[in-house]
Amino acid sequence: MTNSINELESDAKCVFLIGTNTTENHPVIGYKIRQNVVKNGAKLVVADPRKTELAEMADVYLPFKPGTDVALLNGMMNVIISEGLADREFIESRTEGYEAMAKVVANYPPEAAAEICGVDAADIIKAAHLYAESEASSLCYAMGITQHTTGTDNVKSCCNLALLTGNLGKPGTGVNPLRGQNNVQGACDMGALPVVFTAYQAVTNDEAREKFEKAWGVKLSGVNGLTLTKTINKAHEGEVKGLIVVGENPMVSDPDLHHVEEAFDKLDFLLVQDIFLTETARKADVVLPGVSFAEKDGTFSNTERRVQRVRKAISNIGDARQDWEILCELSTRLGYPMSYNSAEEIFEEIRTLTPSYAGMTYARLEGKGLPWPCPTEDHPGTPILHKEKFNRGLGLFHAIEYLEPAEVPDEEYPIILTTGRSLYHYHTGTMTRKAKGLDAYMSENVVQINTELAKVKNIVSGEVVRVTTRRGSIELKAEVIDGIRENVIFTYFHFAEAAANVLTNADVLDPVAGIPEYKVSAARLEKI
Amino acid sequence: MDIKLTIDGKEIEVPQGTMLLEACRKAGADIPTFCYDPDLKLAGSCRMCVVQPKGWRNLVASCVTPAQNGMVIETESPDVVEARKVVLELMLARHKLTCHTCEKDGECNLQDYCYRYGVTESRFAGKVHNLFKDDSNPFIERDYDKCVMCTRCVRACEEITGARAINVMDRGHHAHIATAYDGNLEDSPCVFCGQCIMVCPVGALTSKIAAGQGKPAQNDKVLTTCTYCGTGCTLELNVKNDKIVGVTSNRDAEWSPVNRGALCVKGRFGWDFVNSPERLTTPLIKENGEFRPASWDEALDLAAEKIKGIKEKYGPDSLSMFSSARVTNEENYLAQKLMRAAIGSNNVDHCARL
Amino acid sequence: MTQEYRVLLEHADKINPESAADYIQVGGYKGLEKAHSMNPRDLTDEVKKSGLRGRGGAGFNAGMKWSFVPQYPETKYVVCNFDEGEPGTYKDRIICQKNAQALLEGMAICGHAIGSNNGYIYCRGEYPFVVEMLKNAIGNAKESGALGEFNIEVRMGAGAYVCGEETALIESIEGHRGEPRFKPPFPGVEGLWRMPTVVNNVETFACLPYIMTNGADWFAGIGAKSYPGTKVLTLTGDIENPTYFEVPTDYLLRDVIYELGGGVKGGKKLKAVQVGGTSGAFIPPQNLDTPIDFDSMGAIGAALGSGAVFVMDESRDIVDIINRIAKFFEHESCGQCTPCREGTFRCKEIMERINTGRGSLKDIENLKVLARIMQKASLCGLGQAAPIPITSTLEHFEYEYLRKLV
Repeated sequence: MTNSINELESDAKCVFLIGTNTTENHPVIGYKIRQNVVKNGAKLVVADPRKTELAEMADVYLPFKPGTDVALLNGMMNVIISEGLADREFIESRTEGYEAMAKVVANYPPEAAAEICGVDAADIIKAAHLYAESEASSLCYAMGITQHTTGTDNVKSCCNLALLTGNLGKPGTGVNPLRGQNNVQGACDMGALPVVFTAYQAVTNDEAREKFEKAWGVKLSGVNGLTLTKTINKAHEGEVKGLIVVGENPMVSDPDLHHVEEAFDKLDFLLVQDIFLTETARKADVVLPGVSFAEKDGTFSNTERRVQRVRKAISNIGDARQDWEILCELSTRLGYPMSYNSAEEIFEEIRTLTPSYAGMTYARLEGKGLPWPCPTEDHPGTPILHKEKFNRGLGLFHAIEYLEPAEVPDEEYPIILTTGRSLYHYHTGTMTRKAKGLDAYMSENVVQINTELAKVKNIVSGEVVRVTTRRGSIELKAEVIDGIRENVIFTYFHFAEAAANVLTNADVLDPVAGIPEYKVSAARLEKI
Repeated sequence: MDIKLTIDGKEIEVPQGTMLLEACRKAGADIPTFCYDPDLKLAGSCRMCVVQPKGWRNLVASCVTPAQNGMVIETESPDVVEARKVVLELMLARHKLTCHTCEKDGECNLQDYCYRYGVTESRFAGKVHNLFKDDSNPFIERDYDKCVMCTRCVRACEEITGARAINVMDRGHHAHIATAYDGNLEDSPCVFCGQCIMVCPVGALTSKIAAGQGKPAQNDKVLTTCTYCGTGCTLELNVKNDKIVGVTSNRDAEWSPVNRGALCVKGRFGWDFVNSPERLTTPLIKENGEFRPASWDEALDLAAEKIKGIKEKYGPDSLSMFSSARVTNEENYLAQKLMRAAIGSNNVDHCARL
Repeated sequence: MTQEYRVLLEHADKINPESAADYIQVGGYKGLEKAHSMNPRDLTDEVKKSGLRGRGGAGFNAGMKWSFVPQYPETKYVVCNFDEGEPGTYKDRIICQKNAQALLEGMAICGHAIGSNNGYIYCRGEYPFVVEMLKNAIGNAKESGALGEFNIEVRMGAGAYVCGEETALIESIEGHRGEPRFKPPFPGVEGLWRMPTVVNNVETFACLPYIMTNGADWFAGIGAKSYPGTKVLTLTGDIENPTYFEVPTDYLLRDVIYELGGGVKGGKKLKAVQVGGTSGAFIPPQNLDTPIDFDSMGAIGAALGSGAVFVMDESRDIVDIINRIAKFFEHESCGQCTPCREGTFRCKEIMERINTGRGSLKDIENLKVLARIMQKASLCGLGQAAPIPITSTLEHFEYEYLRKLV
């Protein structure tokens, strides 16, 4: 997030949610947005193919077709430009590339955008007005924006909208991705990515590499590595022979699970470090028991870049070991000795190599934590990014044309399948399916079907139906609801036994981010 | 503009608009409250916080009465003490006194105040309600025979979470907390965030997941960051005998900066996976398609040997690592360091995109 | 002085209360005209000077109340409390049925004083027939142009006694549970929809046209000095003439019963009088020579309240009556604050015990404690006043309790 979570509770005068079911997936952030609307009368615009809880109370609800985000955002920008609602001063002083963007956006008058998105032009106009005219507008998105073949385009379009209206660098504004996992921000910050070291220092950058080589005392590769989805494909092709998995469950979370399983079967060696014998761990040659958050010290970085302490509450379960200790042991055995006495000692090393974390110490993180960048020990942290200038100096507009999703409905697969999470479960269910209350409350997957579609298919709530895509097919219970587009069905990906990712597409990824298109698969729905 | 008043003989100054409760506490007076909650709208209804302004006919509820210039306040006058005792006795008269088995034993306002004012039994004992609500949901136990009708749960539900699942139903002594049509929480807009449990001053609302494992008052509490979504909520792990037995909230913004105690169903009720019998407790090695337990040395040696072998035979880029958005920064750092420094490849990623 | 003095009811049954024209013919809407000619502050001062005090029971100076309303917010409200939930009280209904236009005019006068064109009448749920009549009266007045810009909407209660409490009434208009708010803030500052609001009783509003037409001094000269004007009383119970009267406020309680009321029914001896509604004190015969005005009643530990006069003859069982009253309050407590919610219930329990011969001296002791705390610590007037019948009868009729003990 460019801005902080608590700004959504009061500073934001308009909140624009696109591709986020906030009350289900980031419940506490959802509460704050709802209170802002109820108590302060903040305006709320929600764009989502499903009528989420927050959509119910929105000033404008745009139930747009999955995958048409760019068209929708361009449509809103078209209105903003043509009606003179843009922040000229901000554009002049803080941005570049406006002309090229405006030229493309000119092709998306609201009526044309509405046609592509399947919404009313009047609603696009109203949404544009609310977003552009409010004193401070915050745009929040989640995987609904990113999990597309055009994910990067979608994100850039969100940035365009914020730049166009000067909604950056001030309280209550920002482009705010709501990140789905406790430490996904931290994992990225720490360089658990194939192209960067910590703090996004590129592995291809000689200076950065030299810095790490010096600190770590070894020669490092300057070649970008494989992303997760590419790794699976390379394993499938026999090029990746060995895989180490630390606390992930790609056998449920990754697209096209049949493909994933085949890839795993081809590996020479699979090492899995986890707290449960997950679907992935079952495929492993060696499984090493790590510990849960309750058993470890360390830090997590949340979606607003706030680094916060994790504190050990209980001893390791059984013979399990701290995950960092396991990594040290393994590294040492691989001929690269690593040895630390505590998580804090590791953090101290991180600081020296990570400019945005340089000013943080465990002592300073006690209590409220610190949002990065925090370059020095007297720096208070940075709740709001881009206040004076952007990282690259001027904010860059991108001229983005709308592209169709990789799969569009056809005769054989006439419906769009989109996937996501439930309030009651988390990711692949490794933890929540073993939490008694949560699993009792929601113990099986369902597919949400619009009432009208259900009528046509003669399907009632509770009956088991079959959903098929080009990858495969699952059977699960139907839940007939009104709050979803008529030709869209939705299912959760938490459930290994009716795994949504059997259906999703691994063949086409966003060309830049390599993200799979979880939000759009052409599908067929059948009564059994 | 500051105003001056006298509280228990002590002169103090407070800003205009300060409520007497705050002024009294500032003056060092310990004012008991049930319905008052600094994070919620004022109710002024339990009347436990009454104080005596000199020259006034009635007592006033200090939580909702603004301090006035020149006021002379007594916080423990005989009238005040009598009123508080009567309020406690009236609550006690309908309270299911099962403190020995109550989850809130030890951090219950009713218990504490009865102790403070020496209220052992109620002069007004009579008919008791049988309002106990056997709710089929797996998260929240509702026992309204312990309810003191402070309505903090109603306000938290509306003002923190915004679910508006519960409200007061019926009037007078028959008033009780209910969902619409007095049904189960499951059939209401309840999202099982448990903010109601967080604010309940007595044992009327408790966690079913934590029930019977340790009274929160007696548990050690370890402040940590939630393991679920990316919001980064702070929560208190309750520990007893080296076991996680519950989750409670810390509402201090200095310690719980993002959520100020508010949680969701996963954070508050989804912690028991930690104790699952399915947890891995020993390294496993697969032999002939079956796992067998192994020692750490054996498992690590085998893993290192296999990895080294692949690296030697096919080069470092034939190895890859999925680190995790679940583990800590420190562990992610070491994971990528291992991949880059020990193995020599940049093939490290995690599920950020999934 | 044993005669009625009719101001509000002077033209009762002689004019059609729904008709603005009828009312104008007998001098109506002249007061509003005069009010419009004055600036709001002078108007408020004039009402202050008249000494008009609230006729709903609390007896607060009306002009004073208005003067608390701040000038700046654009939206303000004039609310008429026509909940009239006190058992034995029906004077507001009589005023509406006989002289509705005076109420409307009074509200409009208040509207001019505080700068509001938004009026609400909150009408008792049991008066649907009066609502019809009021709506017609409002329609007729609007049509005739007599009310000018001032608008009035009628809202109905649903039978809750507590909604006669002004803040509970406001909550009810807003569509919430009828529960009183804590004060301050008072409605004058934060009332209906959190905007400044004047809430006055029907009778209070209905006095205003006459004050405006005849002058503040004229009004201040009627009846008791500290509570001037007339008061409409309703007589019920063991009385020969159970009806309504309008009298000057220095009228003696004895004359109400023995002159206008024609004495105790059947020539029996008087045991007690309860004035002001269900929460009123029970007045023993030795206190009858008291003027009915607010302060004189207060001096004998009673209250004029709504002006209901409930007469009990020598045959009445005081404890049984108190038991019924305790039941009433147990039923009508909104349940918000502890002393009232639990106290009314326990009072009822104890009274039931005593009344059925199962009580003890300890019960009387506990009753006194409970009554004291309810009076001192309840959130609103309901809980504070609910024990008054108990305390006043324990004071004057203790023997009636004692003889029922075990």
